[in-house]
Amino acid sequence: MSRKVVVTGLGAITPIGENVQETWANALKGVSGVHALENDWVEQYDLAVRIGATAPAPSEDVVSRVQAKRLDPSGQFSVAAAREAWNDAGFSGDTADTSDELDPTRVGVAFGTGIGGVWTLLDAWDTMQAKGARRVKPMTVPMLMPNGNASSVSMEFKARACAITPVSACASGTEAFYQGLNLIREGKADVVIVGGAESAIHPVTIAAFNSMQALSRRNDDPQAASRPFDLDRDGFVMGEGAGACILESEEHAKARGAKIYAELAGAGLSADAHHITSPAIGDEGGPARALRESMVSGGFEPSEIKHVNAHATSTPVGDIPEAGALRAAFGSEVDSMAVSATKSMTGHLLGGSGAVEGVLTILALKNRIAPCTINLDNQDPKIDLDVVTTARDLPSGDMVAISNSFGFGGHNSVAAFRSV
Amino acid sequence: MASKDEILAGLAEIVNEETGLETEAVQLDKSFTDDLDIDSISMMTIVVNAEEKFDVTIPDEEVKNLKTVEDAVNFIDNAQA
Repeated sequence: MSRKVVVTGLGAITPIGENVQETWANALKGVSGVHALENDWVEQYDLAVRIGATAPAPSEDVVSRVQAKRLDPSGQFSVAAAREAWNDAGFSGDTADTSDELDPTRVGVAFGTGIGGVWTLLDAWDTMQAKGARRVKPMTVPMLMPNGNASSVSMEFKARACAITPVSACASGTEAFYQGLNLIREGKADVVIVGGAESAIHPVTIAAFNSMQALSRRNDDPQAASRPFDLDRDGFVMGEGAGACILESEEHAKARGAKIYAELAGAGLSADAHHITSPAIGDEGGPARALRESMVSGGFEPSEIKHVNAHATSTPVGDIPEAGALRAAFGSEVDSMAVSATKSMTGHLLGGSGAVEGVLTILALKNRIAPCTINLDNQDPKIDLDVVTTARDLPSGDMVAISNSFGFGGHNSVAAFRSV
Repeated sequence: MASKDEILAGLAEIVNEETGLETEAVQLDKSFTDDLDIDSISMMTIVVNAEEKFDVTIPDEEVKNLKTVEDAVNFIDNAQA
């Protein structure tokens, strides 16, 4: 029997909250984080998409002014979310090497991103065009590299077991749970800081996602733009921010008397090898296989799953296959699962989305209440799921809740949490 | 053109921005590495910012000769002339 892995700390900085508490409260109230973008570049480039879901900058207490200059915005979100999770876990020190109960070489990091430091790279290009090559800052490379976030979190907490970076587009944040689970199961680490972050609300990325018809253009009604599973959905809304969790072997957590939110029971991972952007559908498609693997990994049956935090980005083509995959993997048991699509409120945090949704799934399980799916005015008849529109109580007793993420490139990841 | 006092004050601001050190700590006799604990990547950032602020060029091969704050002030002063 492999080691049990539990969740002992949560962190988030999202378009609907500067921390976990505020994000969770707003996810239960059905608050939208989407708004009109006021940046000069919206007009300057006459962007077709003029909405986004921005997150608050971390406070200076968490990311100092000097530190902020050396971190891409996605790195700042990463450190902020990880710090909240670390503090929530109640370790005796601010870092692994100042906590009596921790061995820094047994503390790992798995922190994902979709794109990495895109703002840093494009700012450097702007500087070079305006002022010449000599003005490009020396910190540009460490700030833009996609592993920068994992590295920054590792340095912040002196986590020395390893610092790995799942990069699987919008599946990255959930893949971090998969990697963290295995690091602990295999005995490589006792504690892993897992998470995901993104800061990519930049005119170039907006133009690029828009040119592939992926984004909502509901500029006249921003808060109604992200509408997963609704008939009138027309694309996703770019979000930003980060989520983080402290994973710990059950033995380690119990030995130090930690509070335990949930067990990370299992996880699934698959690749479609089908199409660069369109998800594979049907019984043998990648999403269905990842869902089945999470059951094998976690040792549970479909009947135990009572809540699903869906990937559900609000794109016309993406939402339907997810419903099909859930039914293919879980059969008719899917009818008794309360499905929430929280991107309706947060927008799509790309590489950060799976991490934030993991946090929300854990809280749903812990508090026995499923968060909202807003803007579901007319559910698409092709989506045969019990979608939670206003926050709904979940049953008592032992249960499993899962969080799905599917990314461009055919990456599929699932994290499955069991009540404790 | 900036006077030497103005160059020192300007450098102190740049160092403060990059490292968080108080501007008062940046004095002529201080060594960038030994006293101010500035690593090579921060030093290069300070150089890039100083070039822009004082409108001078500090060649890469010159940077290793700027051991103290006074070295940097003198180099910038001469480069402005």
